[in-house]
Amino acid sequence: MTMMNETLLNRHETICRAVAALDDRDAVIGGIGNTNFDLWASGPRPANFYMLGSMGLAFPIALGVALAQPERKVVALEGDGSLLMQLGCLSTIAICAPANLTMIVFDNAMYQITGGQKTATASGADLIGIARSSGLTESHWAEGAADFDRLYAAALARSGPSLIGVPTDAAKAVGTTDRDPAKIRITFSEAMTA
Amino acid sequence: MLDSGGKGSGAMAWHETLIAKLKLCDVQLVTYVPDTVLRPLIEAVEADPFFEVVVCAREEEAIGISTGSILAGRNSVVLMQTSGLATLANVIASLPVPYQVPVLMVISERGVLGEFNRVQLQVAKTMRPILDASGVDHVTLTRAEEMDFVTERTFDQALQTRTPTALILSPLLTGGKSAKK
Ligand SMILES: Cc1ncc(C[n+]2csc(CCOP(=O)(O)OP(=O)(O)O)c2C)c(N)n1
Repeated sequence: MTMMNETLLNRHETICRAVAALDDRDAVIGGIGNTNFDLWASGPRPANFYMLGSMGLAFPIALGVALAQPERKVVALEGDGSLLMQLGCLSTIAICAPANLTMIVFDNAMYQITGGQKTATASGADLIGIARSSGLTESHWAEGAADFDRLYAAALARSGPSLIGVPTDAAKAVGTTDRDPAKIRITFSEAMTA
Repeated sequence: MLDSGGKGSGAMAWHETLIAKLKLCDVQLVTYVPDTVLRPLIEAVEADPFFEVVVCAREEEAIGISTGSILAGRNSVVLMQTSGLATLANVIASLPVPYQVPVLMVISERGVLGEFNRVQLQVAKTMRPILDASGVDHVTLTRAEEMDFVTERTFDQALQTRTPTALILSPLLTGGKSAKK
């Protein structure tokens, strides 16, 4: 994270607000660990997909969904450590430029779920700067909750990919996802083809 | 067989047969990381408006994009070479296999039948063990006259049983890549 004196947001509260702004048809993809735990805790929703492994693939999965379902909005949730593992996907998404993809990276400057080890963002790596340099011009840090809401509404309304960086507090995730991959897939795919 | 490189079933080149079968199975999204042997296939799908084609920075990403597409109702194939598959054990075993998402993979086989690079030879030895251990079905295509039947049945079986499946293209079929070329 690069901003000075930033306001740290809570991941669960932010995800709840982000999901509440969507239509039931819109897809949400939760990344490994805390992002999908907090998505799960935001309440049952068939068009949510919960990634149980495959660290770093929340944005690529969301790109695939966005390309296959151009009429729906697709929101992807990822952690900073996970995104650092798969930075190349930012330039791939920039090339594809899906009209309907909104990405959110929760930057708590650590690998929280594995014990709080520091990620490179704690030492100044700027994920929003990296995303812009990868070609994702609509990449912005949220400076507080009101700013997040403004950026998120603009992202959903925009025809083109957007990334919102959320400086995130150290609170633990609120829930734990039911870990049944076949059930997750059936529920999500039925929602996507309904 | 060595001089049959590039030929598929009958008068069709191998990549033309593959394209026909991808269309038959309504596989519209192609993701890939480049490979020399796959070049005619890549160029043909890029030139064909039936396909949407995404060039990826890593094969892991390609698996993610293709999985997302299939989850959302549109079939997809990943094109890669042997060394690409060798990077994939974790994501295959944690995403398309346990979620039963029938990602199709077309792998150009390096490291066999005249390999000139010691590194490719060693990487190639990991390919089938990775596929077997992670639960991906695989079929190796060696003969042009079997290409049509085997490709169609392999894709059908993968989609109907929701099994991630790899079609491995042997140098016996494609001509591969040798030091003499
Ligand atoms: C390929 C791979 N490497 C390592 C891990 C172990 N691992 C699981 S979650 C995680 C950290 C995720 O960090 P981040 O995305 O920043 O999310 P946070 O836990 O901070 O919410 C790690 C290292 C893994 N599951 N897969």
